[in-house]
Amino acid sequence: MKRRDFLRKSTGAGLAAGAALSLGGYDRLWASSPGGLKYDMVAIMGGSPVAMFDLGIQELGGMGAFVQKGQKVLVKPNIGWDRTPEFAANTNPGLVARIIEHCFKAGAKEVYVFDHTCDNWLNCYKNSGIEKAAKGAGAKVVPGNSENYYQQVDIPGGIKLKSAKVHELLLSTDVFINVPVLKNHNSTRMTSCLKNMMGVVWDRGYWHSNNLNQCIADYALFEKKPALNIIDCYNVMVKNGPQGVSKADVVLKQSQIITPDWVAGDVASAKMLGVEIEKIEYIAMAHKMGLGNMNLDSQNIKRIKM
Amino acid sequence: MKSSNLRRFRILFSAIVLICFFAIFLDFRNLVPSKYISTLLAFQFIPSLLKFYDLRTMVTAGFIAVLILTFLSGRTYCSFLCPLGIGQDLLSRIGGKIKRKFRRFGFKRPFTILRYTLLAATIIVTAVWGVYLLTLLDPYSIFGRFMTYLGKPVGLVINNFMSWLLHKFDLYTFDHITIKGFQLLTYTIPVLFLLLIGSLSLTKGRLYCNMICPVGTLLGLLSKISILRIRIDESKCTKCGRCSVGCKSSCIDFLNHNVDVSRCVDCFNCVHICQDKAISYGVVRLGKKEPEIDLEKRKFIAGSILLLLGIPQIIRGQEKSVPSPKKASTVKENKTCPVCPPGGISIEDFNKDCIACALCISSCPNGVLQPALMQYGVAGIMQPVMDYHKSFCTFNCTRCTEVCPTNALHPLALEAKKLTQLGKVNFIKDNCIVKTEKTACGACSEACPTKAVYMITYEGNLLIPEVNNEICIGCGHCEFACPTTPYKAIYVDGNSVHMAAKPPQNEKAEGVTPVEFPF
Repeated sequence: MKRRDFLRKSTGAGLAAGAALSLGGYDRLWASSPGGLKYDMVAIMGGSPVAMFDLGIQELGGMGAFVQKGQKVLVKPNIGWDRTPEFAANTNPGLVARIIEHCFKAGAKEVYVFDHTCDNWLNCYKNSGIEKAAKGAGAKVVPGNSENYYQQVDIPGGIKLKSAKVHELLLSTDVFINVPVLKNHNSTRMTSCLKNMMGVVWDRGYWHSNNLNQCIADYALFEKKPALNIIDCYNVMVKNGPQGVSKADVVLKQSQIITPDWVAGDVASAKMLGVEIEKIEYIAMAHKMGLGNMNLDSQNIKRIKM
Repeated sequence: MKSSNLRRFRILFSAIVLICFFAIFLDFRNLVPSKYISTLLAFQFIPSLLKFYDLRTMVTAGFIAVLILTFLSGRTYCSFLCPLGIGQDLLSRIGGKIKRKFRRFGFKRPFTILRYTLLAATIIVTAVWGVYLLTLLDPYSIFGRFMTYLGKPVGLVINNFMSWLLHKFDLYTFDHITIKGFQLLTYTIPVLFLLLIGSLSLTKGRLYCNMICPVGTLLGLLSKISILRIRIDESKCTKCGRCSVGCKSSCIDFLNHNVDVSRCVDCFNCVHICQDKAISYGVVRLGKKEPEIDLEKRKFIAGSILLLLGIPQIIRGQEKSVPSPKKASTVKENKTCPVCPPGGISIEDFNKDCIACALCISSCPNGVLQPALMQYGVAGIMQPVMDYHKSFCTFNCTRCTEVCPTNALHPLALEAKKLTQLGKVNFIKDNCIVKTEKTACGACSEACPTKAVYMITYEGNLLIPEVNNEICIGCGHCEFACPTTPYKAIYVDGNSVHMAAKPPQNEKAEGVTPVEFPF
């Protein structure tokens, strides 16, 4: 396996070096992805969110491969809704806490958690269980409820979204870890990695009224990209998303996907959710813009059953 | 208690009460449990009276405790429990610091006609037509409006300064809160009252309480038969006049050794000031002569009352039928009825009991409650109304119903509130992004907590909203989230009588726990 990996990586790097200047394809990913990773993606099944993460991150070389000593880390879960954990409308609080612990173990100086919630933020933070869990793990839980915390940035190359106001923590931290929860979504069909970014910007209304799918893809152009996407597929809301009406919307999938490539992460998410990739328009858009690789076949995926 | 300690006790007690009132109106993080708020407000005279009238249970009869207190001890309510009164004492003290003249009161004749006319008018108007004059004159409501409209923004400025300062040190203990004002017109009444009461209290002590406040006048009447009173020991008094000069109520006629108990608010300043120890607070001695009856005065009072009775008629003349239709501001959003807060039961019921103290407006964690201008008609001015362009009613919350001191908003259990339909959703397809732009949106459906707004297939891969009014609770989250301007593509039209929404039917999702990776 190791030799094969080495060959594949070398080919990738060579391709990227040659193509990066002229081509805008997904090959760019290879050039920008953190070097030395054993796998492009790790998918785990059959354990608790915490146990699956422990195993998965180990396969990727531990959190130390992504977080250096003394760095500031932003962990961005989905805390969008005023729902309790069993609704699976928000990221699993235990998983969030575990990720924070790993960051500190890798030597992080500070870990921050926030989301620009859709419901009342105090209720979301509290009832999702994430505020308590994250604080318990030593993170700073930061509000995202006021425009004051957001700063204007340019999105060069954006087709519809050419600029956005993003949360200051996205700019001031060294490492960004995206922790979405996989859910059905009423208009884009699915929310996972890319869609989770709507929680780092202030004006979501602009996205909704200016081709939502294109804006989601455009945002991924922004320079601050996630070092890692950890997709919570433990309890999955398969209908009535993204908020859900009751626990009847939830199916236990008992899985987790960890990858630095958020387009690949979204493709794997879609398969997990059972939605045709073509229906989720922003995936192909992001792929075309060279923001990730939607072809899972060409990727080195480690699959683990617990 | 030793007489010299009475004043100290009053200051301490009233300071605590005032701080509590500040706390509940400035509590923008909802940290104070609502049961403490209810306890504090249970002894506010007018709110408690209205609540008792509505519920008729002795549990809510805090006003009876106030009446008994007054019968025993005089107008102690005004100095110990009334936030507006205590606030005036504070201003009075500040006034005295600014100019010595402002703390030299001296005995003055009462505004007998004015105060009894206002009292009579308030009682009659309330009994016959409704709470309009109480809304305007209840001291607790006036205080509440000062705090909500004028005090809270100041509190928020301080909060935001702290948030900014701590932010420099990477601390997020205080979160920044954007200060959103109300419509300018709604400030008219609070600002006018602030000018009136502020200037009177700065320069003339408790003149407002003894001239205008109907609660003060009513308790003053009862004080005339109270047991404990301020007494002047004629044998000790040297007629130095210090007591009279120091009396905020201007009610001590020291030359005749007479204290006008109907105006005395039991502040005990005179007891403290008197160097001859001639003034004490104790059980009244009997044997006072009856005051002569002035028939002319009575005729004047009767005439004034008749005149005042006409005012609500004029108000009613301008008022449209309840619920008053909101003037259609656009062709597309056709709102026929305002949305009244949860627990209001019906707009008619709600308008009857609300005295616009604005505590709900101040407490609402989402800021969806706004003071009404003309949504409920002239009579409902300043009463809270849901404004879904500003915010929405958050699903897991009953805060406004918990804090309402008059029962205008009836307490609702959370599960009941989740099925209370405040209004009905209306979808305007021609405004919808999905139709006009041919791109995905779904902001409304995403926001809907019951999926009364759901998506159906449209052209190609697009989905477009559809609504089910049976399970809509009228929370307004869809309207708030809808990104179209200037008119929304989806909006809530109020129910004049709140209805019961059907609980959403939700079948168990298909799907099993996978055993193999699907990729």
